[in-house]
Amino acid sequence: MTDSHGANPLRDALDRRLPRIAGPSGLVIFGVTGDLSRKKLMPAVYDLANRGLLPPGFSLVGFARREWEHEDFAQEVYAAVKEHSRTPFREEVWQQLVQGCRFVQGNFDDDEAFETLKETINELDKAQGTGGNFAFYLSVPPKFFPKVVQQLKKHGLADQKEDSWRRAVIEKPFGHNLESAQELNRIVHEVFPPHEVFRIDHYLGKETVQNILALRFANTMFEPLWNRSYVDHVQITMAEDIGIGGRAGYYDGIGAARDVIQNHLLQLLALTAMEEPASFEADALVAEKTKVLGAVRLPRELGKETVRAQYAAGWQGGEKAVGYLQEDGIDPKSKTDTYAAIKLSIDNRRWAGVPFYLRTGKRLGRRVTEIAVVFQRAPHSPFDHTATEELGQNALVIRVQPDEGVTVRFGSKVPGTSMEVRDVSMDFAYGESFTESSPEAYERLILDVLLGDANLFPRLEEVEQSWRILDPIEEYWDKHGKPAQYPAGTWGPAEADEMLARDGRSWRRP
Amino acid sequence: MKIDLTETTSSKINKALVEGRRAVGTPTSGMVLTLVIVTDEENAYDALKAANEASREHPSRTLVVIKRVSRSPRDRAKARLDAEVRVGTEAGTGETVLLRLYGEVIDHAQSVVLPLLLPDAPVVVWWAVNAPAAPAQDPLGALAQRRVTDAYADEQPIHELSARAETYVPGDTDLSWTRITPWRSMLAAALDQAPCTVTSAEVTGEEFNPSCELLAMWLADRLNVPVTRKVSDGPGLTAVRMESSIGAIVLDRPDGSLATLSMHGQPDRAVALKRRETAELLAEELRRLDPDEIYARALKFGVDRLGHGNGGQPADGQQPAAGEKAADGSDPAKPAAKKAAKKAAAK
Repeated sequence: MTDSHGANPLRDALDRRLPRIAGPSGLVIFGVTGDLSRKKLMPAVYDLANRGLLPPGFSLVGFARREWEHEDFAQEVYAAVKEHSRTPFREEVWQQLVQGCRFVQGNFDDDEAFETLKETINELDKAQGTGGNFAFYLSVPPKFFPKVVQQLKKHGLADQKEDSWRRAVIEKPFGHNLESAQELNRIVHEVFPPHEVFRIDHYLGKETVQNILALRFANTMFEPLWNRSYVDHVQITMAEDIGIGGRAGYYDGIGAARDVIQNHLLQLLALTAMEEPASFEADALVAEKTKVLGAVRLPRELGKETVRAQYAAGWQGGEKAVGYLQEDGIDPKSKTDTYAAIKLSIDNRRWAGVPFYLRTGKRLGRRVTEIAVVFQRAPHSPFDHTATEELGQNALVIRVQPDEGVTVRFGSKVPGTSMEVRDVSMDFAYGESFTESSPEAYERLILDVLLGDANLFPRLEEVEQSWRILDPIEEYWDKHGKPAQYPAGTWGPAEADEMLARDGRSWRRP
Repeated sequence: MKIDLTETTSSKINKALVEGRRAVGTPTSGMVLTLVIVTDEENAYDALKAANEASREHPSRTLVVIKRVSRSPRDRAKARLDAEVRVGTEAGTGETVLLRLYGEVIDHAQSVVLPLLLPDAPVVVWWAVNAPAAPAQDPLGALAQRRVTDAYADEQPIHELSARAETYVPGDTDLSWTRITPWRSMLAAALDQAPCTVTSAEVTGEEFNPSCELLAMWLADRLNVPVTRKVSDGPGLTAVRMESSIGAIVLDRPDGSLATLSMHGQPDRAVALKRRETAELLAEELRRLDPDEIYARALKFGVDRLGHGNGGQPADGQQPAAGEKAADGSDPAKPAAKKAAKKAAAK
């Protein structure tokens, strides 16, 4: 006989074919008619179902203003899944999913709608066996966060019962400075306990980002070099080729630094620079990340070591692009940055004296995110000067997106009679050595939310630390000067190049 | 790009691989393993197609060993090796070499394969048909970390399971085991949801489908309760029923794609459980190359220890569902022969 209160007898740590399936649960999406929901969330839910990772009876509830019936909502999910899902469409998977699709119509201040939501959840517990476990995904502009969480509290939807959970999932931006971030955290944590709040930074769901940890801590050949004795500097880049598109309302006043550096780039910096965590548990990881973020120091002269800029009219990949100030809905006097480059240092034994250059921007040469660890030159070269004239610095580049992989650059002799050493690249492409279609970041993150696995979600402390780093820079920018300009489709303003040139370095062309 | 070589050797094939790679412009490659497929000419096409699809997830060098039947005694004495080297778009994401073996070299296939293995990468051997009785003892199997057989393709699948159990060596695995991963995962999820004490179980599926026996043996081994194997018309596995302290837990899939999970006191729920293609099975098989101890335990539980049919009396492992057979009037003693006949008719 099996032990009735022990572990599940059908599970065994050795049985690695069995995937982690989320327990009985449902997902409620606020702002379900938005772009994120249609392009990312709904397809990710379908892909999870298709991979057999969702529990039987999994339910998806949409909440929005639109006057839809359940069927209209199901139709919308169907269309979104057909168009955007990663895995092939299969009727039987859809049949499984559609049984748990519900729609609740209403505004965020509409008490009646939240009562309906409550009834819907109770009905799903009965009809689908979701067991009272629900995650609330707030895919809405941040100004609505307080309203929604308070409504959830008011209607008893956020009450944690003994044998079920209620979780909140929130998207960036987590505030626009330290103060507003703390305010937001206070509001959310008043209703949901800290371990039930999941902040989505979709970069952390990416396979390549998780691979930074594998690369550093599962191997022996990189870590010995990963310090000030060998590393000259580190460049972390996230470039987009698009402009602000239709996001003028959101973007103006926020800018590239708040939009990207505060979360994505500082997270990448933390993963690149942190010490080895004691384990791969969420607490151990967050401890190391907070420690290294706490050791980050700003440059003394903010004016010289930071650059912000706006894209001007130009040509981007064969298309004419207007400048930022000419975009629809942007104040022609706006000082918002669409490009930001900053130099940070990390005050600890491993990294003292090694600058970390972070840059991000819109309308740059191409869409790319990468971390480049650039090594020092060999202290002595037995070859004469002409032989190594074309040899650059060794580098290890982690390509986060697109074309995920790792490149190592080093010198090699050019075939021929004379001695000549030139840079070559050794390349590892994710798509080449592993699955052609690695899971989308949102798939991983939604599954982790349902499983309650907080590894890949930035915690409160990290968010506040990041604002502590960025706030003085933003304040300086507010008071001094105005953004530089760079033609759309180039790799940023001349000021950024000068910033590195003063240190005797130059930006990589990613 | 395709290079044909007749009456060739492994070193010439290696040279052709390098030339092929240069010509298509990918001098380095990210291949993670060597997959050796052992097959006859008849099954080679399907097996290679599945391997090419799986290579999208696991870029590999695929070596297809085709043992040719020679007609005359003189041909049989003469050894000959023909090869077809495919690089680039024709070979999925890796490289493929079809090796056609004639005459004496058939018995020395490992001498052809050994020089063609990727350096320092795992080797997987997959017998699409006619797996040897002891895979690890086979000269080709001995080269591999992982040996994949398919009891379903065998003439006497249930008997085959017993034979596999006897010769099991860590690293052996079988596609009939791979086929039931979604079932196992869903049953485990069902018990996650309602922790309870299972008192007995019943696995229903088509005859001569070793996956049913493996699932039954897995349940019996894990739960330590009597498990009965019942026969239905399929397709494949059709139902698993577990009696437990909280009532029956039933996973029922009549049509081979959409299943229903019913648990006492809970609403019925639809679960997608589609029967999978060989390519998907192979991709799952290549995902982990360490020994599958759970498979070993299920396999070694022994087909004989399962309860059978509707009568409930234990039947001899080589005569699945004797009672059922007798009921529909056919000869209960020769199910295997019947399957062989069915197979022959299908050709």
